Parts: sequence; structure tokens; C-alpha cells
Amino acid sequence: MGAGHVHRLYRHGHTPVHRLPAHVKLVSLLAFVLVVVATPREAFWAFGAYAALLAGVAVTARLPLPFIVKRMVVEVPFVVFALLLPFLAAGPDVTVAGLSLSQEGLLAGWNILAKGTLGVVASILLAATTDARALLLALQRLRVPPVLVEITAFMVRYADVITGEMNRMKVARESRGFSGNVGRRLGVVATSAGALFIRSYERGERVHLAMLSRGYTGALPVLEVQQAQTVQWVGAALLPFSALVVSVVAWMTV
Amino acid sequence: MHVPDGFLDVPTSLATGVVAAGAIAVALKKSRSELNEKAAPMAGLTAAFVFAAQMINFPVGVGTSGHLMGGALAAVLVGPWTAVLVVSVVMMVQALVFADGGLTALGTNITLIGLVTVLVGWSVTKLVLAVLPKRPASVVPASFVGALLSVPAAAAVFVLLYSVGGATELPFGALMATMLGWHTIIGLGEAFITAATVGAVVAVRPDLVYAARGMSQHLVLRTPDGQEIPATAVEVADEPRRSIWPLAVGGLGVTLVIAGALSFFASSNPDGLEYVAEDQGFIAAAEDSAVAGWSLADYGEVGGIPVGVAGLIGVGITILIGLVLFQLIARRDRDRDSVSA
Repeated sequence: MGAGHVHRLYRHGHTPVHRLPAHVKLVSLLAFVLVVVATPREAFWAFGAYAALLAGVAVTARLPLPFIVKRMVVEVPFVVFALLLPFLAAGPDVTVAGLSLSQEGLLAGWNILAKGTLGVVASILLAATTDARALLLALQRLRVPPVLVEITAFMVRYADVITGEMNRMKVARESRGFSGNVGRRLGVVATSAGALFIRSYERGERVHLAMLSRGYTGALPVLEVQQAQTVQWVGAALLPFSALVVSVVAWMTV
Repeated sequence: MHVPDGFLDVPTSLATGVVAAGAIAVALKKSRSELNEKAAPMAGLTAAFVFAAQMINFPVGVGTSGHLMGGALAAVLVGPWTAVLVVSVVMMVQALVFADGGLTALGTNITLIGLVTVLVGWSVTKLVLAVLPKRPASVVPASFVGALLSVPAAAAVFVLLYSVGGATELPFGALMATMLGWHTIIGLGEAFITAATVGAVVAVRPDLVYAARGMSQHLVLRTPDGQEIPATAVEVADEPRRSIWPLAVGGLGVTLVIAGALSFFASSNPDGLEYVAEDQGFIAAAEDSAVAGWSLADYGEVGGIPVGVAGLIGVGITILIGLVLFQLIARRDRDRDSVSA
């Protein structure tokens, strides 16, 4: 049970961004991403401005660039899709470097690439400056149903444990000379998944009983209530507000 | 299959967000009967399991791999409503903590993976279970079919959403065909892993499999002279067996409508991909399959059979093959039982 109490994306620090209450950050981030998604895709400069805003947040939070770039791999599947769009979409074509590409598809690919990347970076900034427990409390404060928050809490707490268990089973399989063709492999992997489910579920039963015996009533106690001050709300609103200004200008010029 | 920000426009994202919130609200209410009271730890651990299981990659084709969505798997193991909660929580954590899937697309992701795969996977599983003999082992083939269909269903809903609020106009028919094609292959992988996982759990702890509840056989005392006495002291009144006909006829009707009507819709742009392919000059690379000369190949474009009819015939053949397969499975099970007894 030596699993970490912080998640992989978190980076400890003491900056103004780290100090902001998590629910303030969450609301600010959501507003920012909404503004970005609603921006017309032809306003190329606006996305540069958004990127600059995010870079400002990253600098304030003292997050090094390689740290962010390394975590951007999650968007790779959609980058592939975005790169395929110019070949798939119909409509008038333009010729770029000897390739006939759909104009519409190029715009669409750009649209997905720009907005998707900005969204991913914004989420990384949130995750890097907020630990999991603060995020859960933020969900609670934002009136997410308590049962859901609780399920999330258990999931976050045990995700590393279960993943670790899966990896140990993998090591065990491979150290016993496990290999084989794809068909046979699927069967063995799936059997491991079945074993993993039984272990997870039985662990859940034990955790539940242990908690009941310690007086658990169905809700997690809130130890500290992080009150957001007006200054903090204003500080956090800077990001979506600047983005909104950029977006409005973009709408007027396009 | 995690949709990022900017893939769908704001109105569509908000609409799917409302759908997702509604689904979660219903699931919260309904899951109480599935989970024993206040068993959040169990649901949380199941979420952790689905999270870990989504890391299982399987090869789909040249250079690509799909990963498990886990909707059908979760539904079979812990019940549909708990599964909606569990998969939604996984989506939420992935968006918030792992930046996987956009924040504005969270509603879309929950709708696609948390709702569509779970509900389709579960109802198909239930439908198949109604045909199979009533014993825990039947859950395995049933979950196979459920998982197999859940993935293309999610892909189809995604294409519908994309055609409503997508960032660009793509030829609907071509996109649908491509997505369905790929996701049927991914669905096969999902189905194999789901069925084998369920099989492994059924073999060890059938009581944990929600879909197999109430299917375990009563204990029997066997006397030396081969007599079998039911070990139940109290007569258990059999639950009135609900007729499967309404469900079966309804499902068949919906399938036929979709196959007959929607294939017309899909073919309103019949040569979408081919048009683009020709346009891009890569149609020469495409070879017709070996059955291209058959009347039904290319969905009825060749032999003069109307598209809708071709769809209907396709559904008919699929059902026929399915029935034969299930008969075979059922017979094999019966044979095995008679040998072991």
C-alpha cells in the first residue's frame, strides 16, 4: 500500500497558482476552455494569444517547458486524426508542396489541433498545480453529488494500487516465460484482468468493512475548508477574462 | 476514443453535458439497488479496475492498437447503473488529473463511453442471456456479443454528434463507414477481453458477476443410490418468468428500421469515400473484395438490389448465423453437462 498520495502529473510548489483554491482554478479553467472552443477558427492570431496566456500561467507556476511537453503525449491519437482530415474532407482543394489538400480539411485539422492542444495544456496546468485531494474537495464544493465524489476519491486513492498490482502480474507472467501469438495472449491477459477484478472487488469489500468498523457513515469528513477570497477569484478570473477579450475581438474581426 | 476540446462545437458539447448529467442523476438513484447500501468503496475500486483495464492495449491492425473501453465489462460485472457511475468517474478523473479527454468534451466522453457502451453492452447482453440456458456460464458468450456491439454503437453515436456539431463537413456516409469499420475490429478485441475476463470471474466467484445473479443452481444432495434431493429446506417460489417476446420483437423492429431506413440515409452520399479516394487518386490502390461480384456487396449497389433491402437481408443473415451459433454453444454445454453428470 505504498502508493503515492499525489498523482503523476502533480508538481509540488509554492506559487500563487498553487495557492489558489482548487475550485476557483477549476471554474477558471472551464471558462477558459469554453472561450477557446467558441473562438472562430479563422482567427489564427487569437490562438497564439491563448497560448501566450497559458505560457504566462506556466511561468507563474514555475513549470518547466519539458515537464508540460512530456505530458502532452495523451493527445497523440487526435493529432493523427487532425493530420488525416486534409486528405479526407471534401470541398475545394489547395495544392501544398505538391499535395492536393482539401481547404476545408486543412482548416478543420488546424481547428482540432489548436483547440485540442490548448485544452490539454490547460488541463495539465490544473493537474500540475493541484493535488488530487484538493481537486476532490473542489468537486465537493462545486456541488457534485457526494456519492460521486466519494467514488472518485476511492478511485484516485486506489488507481495506483490496482495499476501496480496489474504491473506485478505482468512481471510475474513474463518472468515465467510468457509469450505467444496474439490469440493466445489475449486469453492469458484477460484471465489476469479477471483475477485483477476479483482482487479489486475483494479489496473494496475489505476497505468498506474496515471503514464501517471505524465509524464510517457514508460521507468523508472535511478537515479544512479552503475559503476563496475575492482577491483570489479576481486573480483566477484574469485568465478566462483575457481570453474572452481576445475571443470577442476575434469574432469582430473575422 | 477520448474526444478532446474543440472537436465538437460549444452547443453540442453543452447538450451532451446535459445528457451526461441527467444520466448520472438517474444512475445515482438506480444504482442503490445494485450496490449494497453505501458501498462507495466497492464502486471506487471497480472504477480503479476499469482505469487499469483501459491500459490493456490490443493490436487492431497495421501499426494501430485499440484499448479497452470497459463499458460492457463494467455493466456485466457490477450492473448497468453502477457501471454508468464507474465509467463516468473514470472519464472525470482522466480529464481532470491526466488531461486525457477535453474538459468541455467531458459530457461527450461520458455520454459516449459511460452511457452508450454501458447501455448497449448491457441490453444486448441481457437480450442474448434471455435466449441462452439459465446458468452463470451463459454470461460469457452474452457479454462477448454485448461488448462487440457496444463499441461500434459508441462510434455511430460519435459520428451522429459529429455530423451535428462537428468542426467540419465530412462526407457522412464515408465517415460512418470508416468509423464503424475500425470500431468493429476494435469491438472484436474488446469482446474477446471482456468475455475472457467475465469467464475468469464466473469460474471463481460467480456471485460477483451482476449479470449472473440469481442464476446459480440450487445445491443438491446426492444419495448413494443416485437420487438427487434439493438441499433447499424452504420451497423457493420461482420468479414468474418474464416473456422475452416484447423485448425480442422490439429489438428486431428497431434493428430492421435502422438497417432499412438508415442505410438509405447513409447511402444518400453513396460514393463518399470513393469520391474522395478518386479525388485523391488512391482509388486505384483499393481492390474490391473477393465477394464484390455478389449482389449484396457494396451494400446493394451491384446487383440492382435496393440498399434498404440489402440492409434487411444483412440483418436477417446476421440473426440466422447468431441463432445457429447459440444453438451450437447451447448443445455443447448440454453435452458437457451430460458427460460430467
